[in-house]
Amino acid sequence: MDERTSALNLIPRRRWRRWRADQQWEAYLFLLPSFAGFLVFTALPIIGSLALSFARWNLLTPPQLIGLANYTQLIGQDPIFRRVAWNTAFFIVTIVPSQIILSLLFAVALNQPIRGVKVYRLIYFMPVVATIVAAALVFQWMFNRDFGIVSAVIWKLGEWTGLPISPPDWLNSTVWAKPAVVILTLWKNMGFSIVIYLAGLQAIPKELYDAAEVDGASAWQRFRYVTVPMVSPTTFFLAVILMIGAFQLFSEPYVMTRGGPAQATLTIVYYIYQNAFEFGRMGKAAAIAWVLFIFIFAFTFLQTRLQRRWVHYEAGE
Amino acid sequence: MSHLRPQSAQSFRLRPRPAHIVLHAILIVGSGLMLLPFLWMLSTSLKEPSEIFTYPPIWIPRRLAWENYAQAIAAMPFGRFYLNSLIVASSVTLLQLLTSSLAGFAFARLRFRGRNTLFLLYLATLMIPFQVTMIPNFILIRYLRWYDTYQALILPPSFSAFSTFLMRQYLLSIPLDLDEAARVDGASSWRIWWQIILPLSGPVLAALTIFIFLNAWNDFLWPLVVTNSLEMRTLPVGLSTFQGQYNVQWHLLMAGSVIALAPVLAVYIAGQNWFVQGITLSGMGGR
Repeated sequence: MDERTSALNLIPRRRWRRWRADQQWEAYLFLLPSFAGFLVFTALPIIGSLALSFARWNLLTPPQLIGLANYTQLIGQDPIFRRVAWNTAFFIVTIVPSQIILSLLFAVALNQPIRGVKVYRLIYFMPVVATIVAAALVFQWMFNRDFGIVSAVIWKLGEWTGLPISPPDWLNSTVWAKPAVVILTLWKNMGFSIVIYLAGLQAIPKELYDAAEVDGASAWQRFRYVTVPMVSPTTFFLAVILMIGAFQLFSEPYVMTRGGPAQATLTIVYYIYQNAFEFGRMGKAAAIAWVLFIFIFAFTFLQTRLQRRWVHYEAGE
Repeated sequence: MSHLRPQSAQSFRLRPRPAHIVLHAILIVGSGLMLLPFLWMLSTSLKEPSEIFTYPPIWIPRRLAWENYAQAIAAMPFGRFYLNSLIVASSVTLLQLLTSSLAGFAFARLRFRGRNTLFLLYLATLMIPFQVTMIPNFILIRYLRWYDTYQALILPPSFSAFSTFLMRQYLLSIPLDLDEAARVDGASSWRIWWQIILPLSGPVLAALTIFIFLNAWNDFLWPLVVTNSLEMRTLPVGLSTFQGQYNVQWHLLMAGSVIALAPVLAVYIAGQNWFVQGITLSGMGGR
């Protein structure tokens, strides 16, 4: 956790006495490779993208300045954008909380001194290193209604319980395609948040648990009143990271559903991709990217504001 | 994950033994769910076409159809995709390590005018999602006539404000007296960077190497946008092209997926501690 706490301390508290003449030019040379790349591939493109968002340009005919039209169209009269924003919101509110809860529970389980815990950890982290395209392909096949393994399991469940349940046509259903994407995302990324939680869990002082046990706290109470508050900084970190990730969902729906059916899984980033590289609307794509930035910025800001209410930092940290 | 102390005595423990049995049950079910897609992929990749579309699905094919792999490799240049991924991911990793360790050194250990302003500029761009800069970068690549080349795949991702930030944070934790002592002995900044600071940066360099390499290897959106020919596709993009052409031939698609996944998983299983350490230290992952 050292890295994390020092990361908060962005600018050294003690100001440097003075810049040193002999290090002045050297420093610029050290910075040069990084700064040149930063300027060409990050800083200037940011300005370029902002300018582009006020224009109409298909790369073939000269660009045309149209003021705020890209933005006003998006907000006022683009039904697809509305749907896309709604889809993205759906993914955020389903993925972020479920991933946090599940991975905290599994992290606690994987932090127990039991036999074979190393093997379990190896398995749970495996999807994180897997290529998302390959993962999405298998899930597409698993969610096939007629021959997929998921449907087979649901049919079997119906047989065993005698209940009239039948699997939906997952990826061709506007209702069920979204949950399928959510399941893929959870499977793929859970190992990552489990590992982050494991690091957080091991920073909790043992004395707290001892004291709770002396006071007669049950396992559930120790979890609820010691573990949960003590890992709240990790939970906060994950909530921010996972939300930003969910805002940027692209590969999963691209490979699994191509955004369909009927745009049910089209996300904001997918819509940027479509506009720029399928419809040749560079200006509009840039405008959507900026709206995405505003969303991410606003929600991250909101989360840092809300954290005071529930994130528990130890005194002196 | 050895640094995450598997047998930790330090935290929340379930005391009674029966609890462990329940725990094993839950973890085994969880492991089954995590492994299921891999196994189902492997199983399908070895089936004959007639066995793919059966209900109920079978797990173990009557005959292992290894020819599926030969067919997949014949249909798509997977060797070329590998080579491209390897070239791109290693170049991006090397260049990003170089640029960010140089810049991190300047930001953490040299005194110069405008240091804090420049650093804040770097930090500010961390907030901006990649999608914002993607479109101008694509236009720039086209303008430079780099579309569908290695330069396009390698150069833009080789400069990262995040890596620079991480390097700087780490380098701040090394005592400055070291530099001062070396300077008194007449060492130049270059020697200090190369012979003192870099050797002391092992953990952060290792973490960044894994993080950058894994991200570059698995990256999908940027290579999708700047490549067009089969010869320039990286593994994930190549696989998605394969999908487009073999949409119902699930045995071939799964064989292609196994081909894409097997080496990464093998490397991960061989060096799992490194992977996990890299991801925790850099605090990022996934995408």
